[in-house]
Amino acid sequence: MKKNIIRSGLDSAAAAIDRIYGSIKSGTRHILHIRWTRSLSGNLINFTVLALLSALMLIPMLYVINNAFKPLNELFIFPPKIFVKNPTLDNIRDLASIMQRSWVPVSRYLFNTVFITATGTVLHVLFASMAAYVLEKHPFPGAKLFFALVITTLMFSPVITMIPNFIIMSKLKIIDTYFAVIVPAIGAPLGLFLMKQFMSTVPDTILEAAKIDGAGELKVFFSIVMPMVKPAWLTLIIFSVQTLWNYTGNIFIRSEALKPLPYALQQIMTGGIARAGAGSAVGLIVMIVPITIFLVCQNQIIDTMATSGLKE
Amino acid sequence: MEIKAGKKALALSWEHSSNPWKQLMSQIWKYRVSYAFLMPFAVIFIMFTVLPVVTSIIYSFTYNNMLQPAKFVFFDNYIKLFTSDDVFITALKNTLVFAIATGPVGYALSFLVAWLINELPNKLRSVFVLVFYSPSIAGSIYIIFAILFSGDFYGYVNATLMRLGFIDRPVEWLVDPKYMSYVVILCVLWVSMGAGFLAFVAGLKSMDKQYYEAAAIDGIKNRWQELWYVTLPLMKPQLMFGAILSITASFSIHDVTLSLFGFPSTEYAAHTVVNHIFDYGYLRFDLGYASAISTILFLIMIGCNKAINRLLRKVGN
Repeated sequence: MKKNIIRSGLDSAAAAIDRIYGSIKSGTRHILHIRWTRSLSGNLINFTVLALLSALMLIPMLYVINNAFKPLNELFIFPPKIFVKNPTLDNIRDLASIMQRSWVPVSRYLFNTVFITATGTVLHVLFASMAAYVLEKHPFPGAKLFFALVITTLMFSPVITMIPNFIIMSKLKIIDTYFAVIVPAIGAPLGLFLMKQFMSTVPDTILEAAKIDGAGELKVFFSIVMPMVKPAWLTLIIFSVQTLWNYTGNIFIRSEALKPLPYALQQIMTGGIARAGAGSAVGLIVMIVPITIFLVCQNQIIDTMATSGLKE
Repeated sequence: MEIKAGKKALALSWEHSSNPWKQLMSQIWKYRVSYAFLMPFAVIFIMFTVLPVVTSIIYSFTYNNMLQPAKFVFFDNYIKLFTSDDVFITALKNTLVFAIATGPVGYALSFLVAWLINELPNKLRSVFVLVFYSPSIAGSIYIIFAILFSGDFYGYVNATLMRLGFIDRPVEWLVDPKYMSYVVILCVLWVSMGAGFLAFVAGLKSMDKQYYEAAAIDGIKNRWQELWYVTLPLMKPQLMFGAILSITASFSIHDVTLSLFGFPSTEYAAHTVVNHIFDYGYLRFDLGYASAISTILFLIMIGCNKAINRLLRKVGN
C-alpha cells in the first residue's frame, strides 16, 4: 500500500513521460493491442487535448500555490506572473502575524476545522456503513422504502433543508455549537448510497460461513465486512472531508472562537489584493489536506465509484 | 434467560397470529438487529434531511419570524413571490441561466474528459484524474477567481488581456453586470468535475473489454458508434448518478456568487434562488417566505431529475 502511494505520488510525472515515449517507441503494436481503433496520431491528439484542458484547470491552482511564496514586490508586479521567481516564506510569516493580532488565533480556526472534520467523518463512515450493511445484506421490512428515500434525497441539494434545519437546531439548542455542523453531515445520504452499492461486492458466503462459526452480527460487521469495504470507506472519507473541511460555518456557528478555517480564509481574502499573499497561504493550507487524501487513496476511490451506478 | 424465553414466546405468538398488526410486529422483532444497525444513521438522516423537506413545505404556508408564533397565511408567500418580488424573478432567471450553462456543459465535459483519460496508460491516467478532480475537492479555493478576475490591472486576466492588446483599460469583471455571469459560469465549470466525473472514470475503467470485441464482430465500425451503441448504454447507471449530482449542483449555485461579488451583487446580476433563500431566511428572518422559495427550488430539482432520468433511459436505444 505505502509503496503504491510513493510510486503513484512521486514517480507519476516521470513515469508519464516515460510511458508516452514508450508507447511511441514500442510502436503502434502496444496501443493497437489495447484498442483496435485508436491510432498513434489519435493517441497524440487525445493527449494534447487533455494536456491543454488540464493546463486551464491548473492555472488557478498554480496561482494560489505560487502566490503563497511570492515576495511583496512580485505580488504587485505588472504584468502579474503566475510563477514565483524568488520564493519566500514571508506570506506564511505575515499570516501568522495577522492572526496573532486578531482576536482568535489561526490555530484555533485550524483546530475547529480539524475537530469538525474528524468527528463528523468518523461517525459518518461508521453509521453509514452499519446502515448500508443491513440494507444490503439483511434487508428488513421497509428496507426498500428507506433506500428509495435515500435516493430521492440525492436529487435535491442540502441548501433546501437549510432553513428548516436552522429552526430544528435552534429548538434543540445546538445552534452555535460544533454539533450544528457535525450532526447533519453524519446523515449525508451520498455516503450511505455509495457504501450500500459497494457492499454488494461482499460475497454472502463469507458472511454465512462466519455465522456458522458462531460470530455475532457485530463481530461479522467489524471484523469481516468493514475490512472488506475499505475502498468504500476511504471514498466516504474523501466526500465527508470535502464537505466538512470546506465548511465556512455560515449562520450555524456564530461565535468567532468556533468558526472554521475557510471562514478565516474568506475574511482574509475580502482584504482584496493587499492580502493576496497571506490569503494564498491560507488557501494552500485549506486545499492541501483533501488533495493529499485523494492522492493517497485514488485507486480505492475509483474502485468504489465503479459500483456507484444508479440502476433503474 | 427467562425474559428471553418469554420474549421469544411472545414473538412466536405474534408470528402465528392472524392479526396483521401482530404479524408485522413479529417481523420487526425478527429483524431487530437490522433495525438497531440502521437506527443511528436513520435517526439523523430523517431528522435533518427528510423531516426538513416536509417542514419546509408546511412553513411555506406560514409567516414565521422565529420570535412570534407562526401564522398560517395560505398561499400568500407564493403569490408575493410571483407577483411582487422582482428580485425573485431575476434570481429565478439567473439560476436557470447558470444551471443551463453549467449543468449540461459540466456533465458533458466530465464524461468527455473521463472518456479521453480512459484511453491513457494507467499512471498517466492517475495524474490527469488528480488534475481534473482537484479543483472540486480544494473547495473554497475558487475564491482565487476574485483575484484572477480582479477589476484593476493587477488582476491576472485583465493584465494578460491588456498585454495581448484585446482591451486597453481594465474590465470590472466582478462589478459590471455585463460580465458577471460569465465569471460565475467559468468558475462553476472549473469546480464541476466532482463525484460524477469520478463515477465516469471508474465506470469506463471497469468496463469489460469483451463487449468491445463482441461489438467489433457485430459490425461496429468507428469509435463514435462504439461510444453510442456499447459504452453509453453500459454506463447508464453511472450516467444517471452523475446526472443527479450535476443537476443538484447546478441549481444550487450560491457560494461562488457570494464569494466573488459579495451580497447583493450589482443590480442582482448574479443573484440566485439560493442567495434569495439565504437573504430572506438568515438576514430578514422571514422564514415562511424563505421556505416557499426552498419549496419551489425543491420542486424544480426533483422535476428536472425525473425529466433527465427519462431522457437518459433512451440513450443507445
